[in-house]
Amino acid sequence: MSDGGLDPVPEGMEILHEKAAAFYGRYERKAELQHQTHYCPGCGHGVAHKLLARAIDELGVQDRAVLVSPVGCSVFAYYYFDVGNVQVAHGRAPAVATGIKRARPEAVVVSYQGDGDLAAIGTAEILHAANRGEPITVIFINNAIYGMTGGQLAPTTPVGAVSTTSPYGRSIWNEGYPLHVVETLASLEAPVYLERVALGNAKQVMQAAKAIRRGLENQVKGLGFSLIEVLSPCPTIWNETPVEAQKRVREELAKIYPLGVVRDKTSDAPMRPARKAAPALSELPKLLEIEENGVRAAAKADSSVDWRIKVAGFGGQGVLMLGEVLAEAGLDAGLEISWLPSYGPEMRSGTSNCQVRLSGKPVDSPLVSKPNVLIALNEPSLRKFLHEVVPGGYVLYNGAAVPEDCRRDDVRVIAGEFARIADELGSSKAGNIVALGALLEAADVVGGEFADQALEKLVKRPGWLALDRKALQAGREVVQKERRHDNE
Amino acid sequence: MGKQLIKGNEAIVKSAILAGCRAFYGYPITPASEITEAAAKYMPPAGGVFLQAESETAAINMIYGAASAGVRAMTSSSGPGISLMQEGLSYLAGAELPCVVADIMRGGPGLGNIAPEQADYRQVVKGGGHGSYRTIVLAPDSAQEMADLTALAFELADKYRNPVFVLADGMIGQMMEPVEFLPQAVAPPRHDWAVEGTAETRKNLITSIFLEADELEAHVLKLEEKYRRCEREEVRSEEIRTGDAEVVLMGYGIVARLLKSVVEEMRAEGWPVGLLRPVTLYPFPVEAVKRLAGQASLFAVVEMSTGQMVDDVRLAVEGRRPVEFYGRSGGNVPSTEEIIRQVKGMCARHGVMAQEPELEVAHV
Amino acid sequence: MAEKLDKGWVEIDGDECKGCGLCVEACVPKVLKLGEGLNRYGYHAAEYEGHGCSGCGLCFYVCPEPGAIRVYKRLRAAA
Repeated sequence: MSDGGLDPVPEGMEILHEKAAAFYGRYERKAELQHQTHYCPGCGHGVAHKLLARAIDELGVQDRAVLVSPVGCSVFAYYYFDVGNVQVAHGRAPAVATGIKRARPEAVVVSYQGDGDLAAIGTAEILHAANRGEPITVIFINNAIYGMTGGQLAPTTPVGAVSTTSPYGRSIWNEGYPLHVVETLASLEAPVYLERVALGNAKQVMQAAKAIRRGLENQVKGLGFSLIEVLSPCPTIWNETPVEAQKRVREELAKIYPLGVVRDKTSDAPMRPARKAAPALSELPKLLEIEENGVRAAAKADSSVDWRIKVAGFGGQGVLMLGEVLAEAGLDAGLEISWLPSYGPEMRSGTSNCQVRLSGKPVDSPLVSKPNVLIALNEPSLRKFLHEVVPGGYVLYNGAAVPEDCRRDDVRVIAGEFARIADELGSSKAGNIVALGALLEAADVVGGEFADQALEKLVKRPGWLALDRKALQAGREVVQKERRHDNE
Repeated sequence: MGKQLIKGNEAIVKSAILAGCRAFYGYPITPASEITEAAAKYMPPAGGVFLQAESETAAINMIYGAASAGVRAMTSSSGPGISLMQEGLSYLAGAELPCVVADIMRGGPGLGNIAPEQADYRQVVKGGGHGSYRTIVLAPDSAQEMADLTALAFELADKYRNPVFVLADGMIGQMMEPVEFLPQAVAPPRHDWAVEGTAETRKNLITSIFLEADELEAHVLKLEEKYRRCEREEVRSEEIRTGDAEVVLMGYGIVARLLKSVVEEMRAEGWPVGLLRPVTLYPFPVEAVKRLAGQASLFAVVEMSTGQMVDDVRLAVEGRRPVEFYGRSGGNVPSTEEIIRQVKGMCARHGVMAQEPELEVAHV
Repeated sequence: MAEKLDKGWVEIDGDECKGCGLCVEACVPKVLKLGEGLNRYGYHAAEYEGHGCSGCGLCFYVCPEPGAIRVYKRLRAAA
């Protein structure tokens, strides 16, 4: 430390204060002048750094400390602090700190931000981190100016103050009033500790030391969000001597921004519950509801199978569900499957459709533009899609008979009042399953056992499952009746 | 494990957790919300973190934090949200942090609509943020690939210490198909560069600032070298019937699925068409395009946009062959019939003729 | 013999000091001053007069440089 020119320390003296251990001895990450900081003479950052480093030392958390430094003069805080360092984008430090703290709850995470960073570009991030009660410590340096970029207006610049971007002085009509950060955050429930301190003289610095230590200690104790706002001098941009700048902090800034504790819930803050231990890796598939081996049929289906099914109706008629039952049943039957819901503009107009392919070969396009099965649960859907059905295909229509102008001789039409039949069984909502039953009876899409399995899987409530099974059977009967009628 | 019928969006989350992802920060947006919802459901019991952020800007920075701390992390969004994440992605790439981002594309620009489009290609593949960086981009065309490529994305993100995108459209995200997941869950890896808040990692620094010109240039060149390596080692593509194809169809995601049907139907009519599907959009399958440009007489690119990937095809073709384009926008998905009409029109313009129709091969 | 009764001692790193003068301002017994000459970085670095330090440590707290000032206090046993 000594350059050799110093007087020897008298005997009988012990070190009271010296450079904190949380600082690097030499600042090797700095390109030059590695024995001193890059801060200007009299800068508040240096003081605040010392108070933070000292608190880290006193609490014995150097190994656990992670310092998040965003844009501003303190962007190079990692030159100095011998702790884990993460340098981040302008204003985003509270979000990054959130990500770190939640990933590593044992880490002691400090977000060190200036007024442009925290009170302008990063207002959303600080507000929400505070509101979530993130158990981090924020050191907020308020010097009422943009220092690093050369003296532009800050949200905390006093009214009337001249800056390079308020050359006529800050006007309440143009830039509004100085932003009061701790008071704003004090309107939230979650923060545990909010205090404003200043670096205006030695006494204020000693109070700041206590506050910063407190803010860090809260986190070490597992309490929630703490923020210390530090009114800080910027002699260079203010164009004052360090001593004059210190005086301005005392006499001007501290009047605009009253000092003191605005929130202290440290004695009655609820403790954050510890996160549950992670499950064994082998348990994950079950937790993720991933099915075990052997559930699905191993039998390979006939490769010529190629069902292209379109189901359409109003929202609430169970269009998507009907498609899903078919898809699940097809999967059980060893077929290749795709299920595509109506999605996009149609979704908003109250109509719904889904396109299902059940194929003996891998499904190329999941879009069904030429269906060989159309299940139309209402008349508009029939009118919209009937023309798409390929000759020889099946059309199932939820109605006593298709309208006169919807007749087609080259497709097999099955019309039945599926919803009414379901209503008689207990709920018209099962009309989709009646239609399914009719389809399965009319065409060999999938075996009945697979449809039953699919229903069992998809319908969780026993009452509904029983109803759907009845509906499936009732649907089959519609076709059986028709067949008997045809034979007579 | 057996196959299960599942939405592409949900498959992403299950696969991510199996691949060791333990942090999800996101903001809901149609048509990607099922990813956020599934992460909210599955991440906590898996011992991971889920948080709905206040914005996509915050979400990507939370990812930055989790990645800095050495945890496999992901987020998801769609066009407008991805635009907001671009700042963070530049920082992630600059700080060499791994993460996975799923972009389930919708219609744009501006609010556009929620229907499927492929118009995020430029902002995702070309990098929408500032600076000389790239993001690796994987383009699934099925629910199965939503799972498989998500798992791959985490491997590549760690291998290159770089953000990796899973770029799909609303249709791939919303579609249900059978999916088979990894047989075994991957243990979350540890990284010696991470800042974990421990004695061993105390000296570590995550940063993207390099004040000196030479220092930043060296960093940028280091990133560039990484991207060159990625271009050598990670290109993935799929080809169907390209062996004797005179017309090379190109498309990715849902369009590639349509083009598979187009190839089958046109081949049956004797048209000499094949499909080249990029699976990695960055790195782009440049060599495959160049090789096919040696034999084919026409490239036909189909996208659900006004033409974005087609620029990369043209760059790779280097003017040796005509490159035609057909696109639909606004959420319109072209039908196979529509594409076939278009491709036949292109063939007519460039003198490509149909040959003798192929005989129907009986399936055994 | 007055020096021997001093409660404290200040050591200033003349290279690290940037001559801001905040320590001089804070010093209660007024035993710190800015040097007449410039140090090699062009600052009038602070100097301790060599006697009269009370060992209060305020100079250390207000100093913006992490290691420019070291404050000593007389051992109790030796006091």
